[in-house]
Formats: sequence, C-alpha cells, structure tokens
Amino acid sequence: MKKLELVCPAGTPAALRAAVDAGADAVYMGFRDETNARNFPGLNFSREELAEGLAYAHARGAMVFLAVNTYARAGDDAAWRTAIRSASELKVDALILADIGLLDYAREAYPDLRLHLSVQASASNAEAINFHARRFGVQRVVLPRVLTVADIARLNKEIEIETEVFAFGGMCPMAEGRCTLSSYVTGKSPNRNGVCSPASHVDYVDEGSSLASRLGGFTINRFGVGEQAGYPTLCKGRFSAGGEAGYLFEEPTSLDTSAILPELTAAGVTALKIEGRQRSKAYVKQVVSEFRRAIDAAAEGTRVSLDMKGLSEGQQNTTGAYAKKWM
Amino acid sequence: MDVTKPDLSLGPLLFNWPAAEVRDFYCRIADEADVDVVYFGEAVCAKRRPFIAPHFEEIVTRLQTGEKRVILSSLQLAMDRKDMAAVADMVAMADDFLVEANDMAACSLLGGRSFAIGPTVNVYNEATLRFFEKEGAVRISLNAELPEASLRALATAATARLEVQVFGRIPLAISARCFHARAHRLAKSGCQYVCEQDRDGLTVNTLDDQSFLAINGLQTLSHRYLNLLGELPLLQDIGIGGFRLSPHTADMVKVADLYRARLNGRVSGEEANARLACLLPAASFANGFFHDAAGLADIPA
Repeated sequence: MKKLELVCPAGTPAALRAAVDAGADAVYMGFRDETNARNFPGLNFSREELAEGLAYAHARGAMVFLAVNTYARAGDDAAWRTAIRSASELKVDALILADIGLLDYAREAYPDLRLHLSVQASASNAEAINFHARRFGVQRVVLPRVLTVADIARLNKEIEIETEVFAFGGMCPMAEGRCTLSSYVTGKSPNRNGVCSPASHVDYVDEGSSLASRLGGFTINRFGVGEQAGYPTLCKGRFSAGGEAGYLFEEPTSLDTSAILPELTAAGVTALKIEGRQRSKAYVKQVVSEFRRAIDAAAEGTRVSLDMKGLSEGQQNTTGAYAKKWM
Repeated sequence: MDVTKPDLSLGPLLFNWPAAEVRDFYCRIADEADVDVVYFGEAVCAKRRPFIAPHFEEIVTRLQTGEKRVILSSLQLAMDRKDMAAVADMVAMADDFLVEANDMAACSLLGGRSFAIGPTVNVYNEATLRFFEKEGAVRISLNAELPEASLRALATAATARLEVQVFGRIPLAISARCFHARAHRLAKSGCQYVCEQDRDGLTVNTLDDQSFLAINGLQTLSHRYLNLLGELPLLQDIGIGGFRLSPHTADMVKVADLYRARLNGRVSGEEANARLACLLPAASFANGFFHDAAGLADIPA
C-alpha cells in the first residue's frame, strides 16, 4: 500500500527539530508576522531561523513548507510579498498560499516555486481546486475539514493534484478562510491578522464556585470546580439557543484519524497534516512519533492503537467530518 | 442604469421563509421598494431550493417589471453534487442575468464573461481585485470585515463597481454542519427544515444571557444589525458604488426609503439612525468593522 506523507507543525525551531527527529516527512511553519494564520506571540520563525531549519530538515531528508496563508492587506501588501520572495530565495520545498492575489503574484514572479493551496482558501470542490491548479499551477490542496472520506475519494477522481488532509489536532467547525467570528468579537481576524480568539482578548474570571472564560468580555464558557477549563475559542464555547446551554457549534474535541489511515489511503490522499503550531515540543514529538508508527503500519496493511493519552483537547477524539455522523 | 450614480441593492434573502412568504416579499419589493438591484437565489443551503423553484420565474419577472436589475446569487459553500448542481443551475442563466459567485467554483465557471462576486469570495487586496476584474467581474460585494482603509485602497484601484453591506445582520461564518438542526438535536440529513421557524435567525445567547449571535442553518450571523447610515456619505466619497441591504422581517420598503434618503443627502446621519431604531425597535446596531474595531462595536460615525 502507498505510504502517506506525514506533514508536521513547527511553531518554533525546537519543534521543527523535534518533528524531524520523530520522523516527519515534512514540516510547516510561518514567519513571525501577520502573513500566516498562526500569528501568536512567541511562535514562528525569523528568516535566519527558517534558513537554519531548512538546513536541519534537508540534512535529514525532510521537506519544509512555508505557510503564507492570510489575506494580504489592501494598500500595504509588502510583508506578504517579502515573505514570498524569502520562500523563493531560501528554496523552501513548497509555499502554502490562500489569497488569489498572492497566488497570481507568486506564479508570475517565481514560477519555479512549488505552490500548495492552504485550507484557508476553502477549496471544497473539484471545480474550485482545478481552477487553482489550472491558473496558478498549484500542485497540492489542503482539504477543508468539511469533507467525508467518500467525498474525498470522489474528489480525488476529479482533480489532478495531490490532496493533504488534517489528521490530528484542533478542529474548525466553520469553513476556514470564511469565518469572521473572531474579528466580530475582538477586531482580530484569521484572514487579516492570522489570529482566532486571540489570547490578548481572553480573561478567566474566578466566580467563587465557578470559573468563567471570556473572550472580548463575553462569557464563552463556565466551568465547575474540578472541571478542566478550556481555552475560550469562540466556536467551541457553551451557548444557548432556545433550549438549554451546550456546545452549540462544536464539542471541544480533537480530530484523530489514526484509525482510518487505510481508508484515507484508498481515497487517494497523498499527505496527512498534523495541526498544532501552537503546541509544545513534547506534544509534537509524541504525536509525530505515534503517527509515524501508524503510517508505517498502515503501509504494511496493519492498524496500530496509538498512545495519545493526555494530548487531545478536552481529552476526547473524533474522526470529525470524515465520518458522516459529524454533520 | 447610470453607472456613475451610487445604487442601492437588496442582498439575497439569507433565511428560510416559507415559499409563499418569499413570493409575497419579492412582489412587494418589486412594486414598492426604491432599490436599483435585487439579488435573488439561495446562498446558504441547497436543501432549501426546491421550495422556491416553482416561484422562481414569477419572482424574477415581477422584479424586472418593477424596473429592478436582477442579479442571481449562488451558493456560498459547495461540497457535494447537490451543491454543485445548485451552482451550475445559476451559472446556466449567465447569458440572461448577471450571476453572483459566492464560491471559487462559481468564479471558475463564470470566468470569461461578466459576473458579480459576493462577500464570501475573499477580495481583500488590489492584486485579487485585478485578477477578478480580468476574469470579468463587474460588481464585487466586499466582505463586511474590511475596514475603511482597505475599502479606500480597493476603491482607488477598482474598475468594477464595489459594493458594501450597510444594513442587516452580518454573515460571519458558513459551515458544512447545520447548527439549526444541531440545536434541535436533529441530523442535517433529517433536519425537518427547522430553520424555517426563525425568520431572522435563531438567537444565540451567552451563559450570561447576552444576545450574541444568530444561527441560520449552515450560517452564523451577528446578532446586531449592521448599520452604516452614518457612514454613507464617507463611503460614497471613498468610491464605493453599491450599498447592500440584507433582507429581514423588518419593513424593507421603509428601510430602503431611509437609506435612499440618506444617500441623497435628504436626512442627517443622526436623524436616519433615530428613524432606523423606530423601524427596528428590538434591534441593536453595529458598525465596528468599518472603523477597524470589533465588528459588534457601535461607534459614533
């Protein structure tokens, strides 16, 4: 059976080395600014760090993908163009883009750069994917987390480029690249600023018998004594709509596809993406090691059970949209 | 239509109203509303389309008789064959109507002829704008989260007519999941069309009982109503040429009259805001995105 490529998060140079050492086929990261969708304090790479990371990865046979996957600002797109130029000069193995204007620019200015289409482009059907392939020479699409395995299998028959799917980590219940919930409440947007529900707008309020987590002053969740208090990502909060309060949009679960790797391979998927550039080096090491084992086993036609204890958000895992019941 | 004059448009009805109500609504708009452009077509959920189909021709003809320019809106999120069939149905009418692409699939299918682009296709900068203008986009409705500086830069570069939403709940997210069905503990596939119960969306409250968001099937909207009455003269100065009113159960004929009066300089921002508050006594308003603040902020213009 064909072996899935393992694409792993590198929020920091230390996480990059951990991922490569643990068996990543590729790592992905962004520059330390608003040109990428994980623009969090303390994360990401300078140009020099990326150069060092590239050398480290290439010396060990791993690839490096650079994400420039926010939408460039009107009247002021220098940071985005600079990031693309750096990708070309440093010779990253692929550049991950979402913005049509940037795709057009990269194609024109740096025709040798391999382009991947970010999940932030929300290309969820063959027509949209083929359009990006035809017009910008995109060679791989990171599929939105809204498709079932059957959808992906059908899609792979209708497109000519590689597909990469999310395999483990946090889940967005909304179509990525088309969500302005965070900016509605905080003024900071995934598309414009590369942040969602930013820590700068989060506070936890001790209410005596409970703890409230707030975003932009709004209570997103409330936890009893002894209950694990999750981060107040807007769409993963507890709200009420007519009836009793609950997780109206999404349970605080993590995606875990380790049990369906043969099905994803059969569906024609090329690569698996591990989410979590904001995660620790230890987290990256454990998840990458376990997925390395699972992929190698799947290629031999066997399934293994993984040791992911303590790693998942909310301690619950789901196969998400890949199984139809999520819908 | 005079292309140098700003126009007032009615965006696509985002909610699942009973078909008879939809028909009556558009007949009244055709006959009485002072709007130049009416967008028509299901943008949120392909499952709703069969209900409107029998009235489609009548509504479109009535709007044209009422001297409205009809633009057909397509689906925002196309995933499966049913969704793609919905997009293709709209594209098939592109010889007779301007069609609004709300997904890259529609942009792809419409490229090479004149078409419109809706707010869920991300046009955030001049390079993207130029690309789509070359593709044939003549009217582009921008994402509501863009602040004044972005609108100004885009309008300076644009040859296409740029449109901005100025009234109604703001579409904030679209999903493969149906939150309306989920709130009723139903599966999307057996949704029983419960979204029909909430004509302006289902209010989402925080645990502190603050009204926060509104859900509409696969879509999540702001609970507050976007209101850029105060900013209308500035938007015109910047070079925005289209002003979109998003349909609600509020009296849209009167809402349109108010926005027209403001566009023509016949009413002050302050007075216009007071009148809007009378038309929607239960609503709260927001204009934060334009001012580069949290979208829900209500900032004095």
